Amino acid sequence: MNTLFDKIWDTHVINCIEDGPSQIYIDRHYCHEVTSPQAFNGLRERGIKVFRPEKTICSPDHNIPTLNQDKPIKDPISRVQVETLTQNAKEFNITLYGLGHKKNGIIHVIGPENGLTLPGYTIVCGDSHTSTHGAFGAVAFGIGTSEVEMVLASQCILQAKPKTMRISIEGQLKPNVTAKDIALYIIAKMTTGGATGYFVEYSGNVIKNLSMEERMTVCNLSIEMGARGGMIAPDDITFEYLKDKEFSPKGDKWDNAISYWKTLNSGEDAVFDKEIVFDASDISPRITYGTNPGMGIGIEESIPCIDDIDDAGKVSFKKSLEYMGFLPGEKLIGKKIDYVFLGSCTNGRIEDFRIFANFVKGKKKASNVIAWLVPGSWAVNDQIMKEGLDKILNEAGFEIRQPGCSACLAMNEDKIPAGKYSISTSNRNFEGRQGPGARTILCGPLVAAAAAITGKITNPSSL
Amino acid sequence: MNDKFKLITSTCVPLPMENVDTDQIIPARFLKATSRKGFGDNLFRDWRYDKENKPISSFVLNNPLYKGCILVAGKNFGSGSSREHAAWAVRGYGFKVVISSFFADIFKNNALNNCVLPVVVSEKFLSNLFNTIDSDPDSNVCVDLESQQVTNINTGEVENFEINKYKKNCLMNGFDDIDYLLSKTEDIKSWELNNLLL
Ligand code: SF4
Repeated sequence: MNTLFDKIWDTHVINCIEDGPSQIYIDRHYCHEVTSPQAFNGLRERGIKVFRPEKTICSPDHNIPTLNQDKPIKDPISRVQVETLTQNAKEFNITLYGLGHKKNGIIHVIGPENGLTLPGYTIVCGDSHTSTHGAFGAVAFGIGTSEVEMVLASQCILQAKPKTMRISIEGQLKPNVTAKDIALYIIAKMTTGGATGYFVEYSGNVIKNLSMEERMTVCNLSIEMGARGGMIAPDDITFEYLKDKEFSPKGDKWDNAISYWKTLNSGEDAVFDKEIVFDASDISPRITYGTNPGMGIGIEESIPCIDDIDDAGKVSFKKSLEYMGFLPGEKLIGKKIDYVFLGSCTNGRIEDFRIFANFVKGKKKASNVIAWLVPGSWAVNDQIMKEGLDKILNEAGFEIRQPGCSACLAMNEDKIPAGKYSISTSNRNFEGRQGPGARTILCGPLVAAAAAITGKITNPSSL
Repeated sequence: MNDKFKLITSTCVPLPMENVDTDQIIPARFLKATSRKGFGDNLFRDWRYDKENKPISSFVLNNPLYKGCILVAGKNFGSGSSREHAAWAVRGYGFKVVISSFFADIFKNNALNNCVLPVVVSEKFLSNLFNTIDSDPDSNVCVDLESQQVTNINTGEVENFEINKYKKNCLMNGFDDIDYLLSKTEDIKSWELNNLLL
């Protein structure tokens, strides 16, 4: 009670169905090409319009190529999905940042950078990483296509109120620990199902000191421990980021917004259903060894032994290591890798490119490595050019591709071949996620940069 | 309008793996359709077929011993991506019920929105049920939505399962959430008048 989550949720409840879900008003709806076509079809079948078209923003991201975006998409099915989104946006009068538009990019990257994501908002998208937007002190969560149809039809969805959890990170971080490492650490501690049914608020001095982009990385990964969403109370860092963004409120509206946003935090008397505190000094640069994001270790640590796994989990643990080609108990440091992917809605923002570029500056990419560096949006791409990071990267042997989801999931042309090892800053290491048979090792931008230089799993602190 | 959900008695298909994620249920490369139909053919695609698209005989869906409209799965079924396609694939294949000791949230919601009933049972019930199916693939399970009871007919074990009244009502009567929301347009408009400040 009286948590940040409750404050926002409660003001958005229009009706409570007895012994059922609540009807919640949605302030912002993001939409991409994969999970929306059936929802638009549903509207057509019912013969209805979009109720509040100005509150939905569309951007194709999953299927788009990251080279030659000016040419037609080669894969016919990908092309149909992207075209279908374009047609739906037109027919239903919705804003579309289509392929070739200067605002196009991964939906979770472009929302925040344009000021479309604001504190106190309820935000949904047919995409589990919608939790990213919680970094602004919004209640943001992923929904299914039936729910996308609900939002289009009524600007509302029906949802049971989740339980609340506060995860605090206190103390002092070690050097070379990025926001991604914090998130991977939390997920490993919580396990992939550990926060199911909860909405998480991240707190503690470490979280409060994170930049907006770092906060987005942390909130982005909330879903990987099963949480409905994750959020961080808005503060001066949030307001500073939002000031003068294209769609942020202006003038008097800005002043009013600030005074409202300042009330958005968990009160001293806030009661959470669960509270967890982690010690920041326990976190090192991290990697995953298995096929879910909870199967992670500190980069110098060993994979657990079979005996460390409880009986019910042994079958999937073994299967997972077989898939990865790793042995129980072994260390991963020094293992050869084949691909490096910097990008996705987790780590495809300018700060991630700065970290990567800063590390590889004056060094050379390992010749055995294929590296895909993919900005999360055209705005990120333009900023890379403005800061001259492209030159640093080029000199070190890297090229920058065009924005999109890219190798985060195997829906576009960027697929990791079967059996190959991919050091990836994305969010999921599931079997086949980056391509059939692809072996994904998740990490932050700094560990990715170190691997790109040595061609092996490398502790960035050792270079 | 959906079909009305009736009492179901059926043999089961066992999948004793834990943490089966939605990328396994329906791999991302099959998400490209623009209609809701046809996903059942690709349910568990990469476990079901090898690279040459030949059925992998060791996978349970390719084993003629196991059939029925009830899928029995290990803990934390449906984790990972929120894709509703996973529920369409489960439904499209012909499953009406999934029994597990734990479901990922979004999958559970998506299943309910698509007339697939997720039934949460205790770990003990689940492991006994796996044993039952293992020793006799023809044994039946009965799922009674009205009384919210699931019965392992072979052992006689009965458990109650939870479902909220609203969803239960929807499933039993075959109406959906959008029917409800469309009836509330006036409430929505008056909420907007009082609350939209920004
Ligand atoms: S970058 Fe990856 S996780 Fe993010 S929206 Fe795209 S596919 Fe989903």
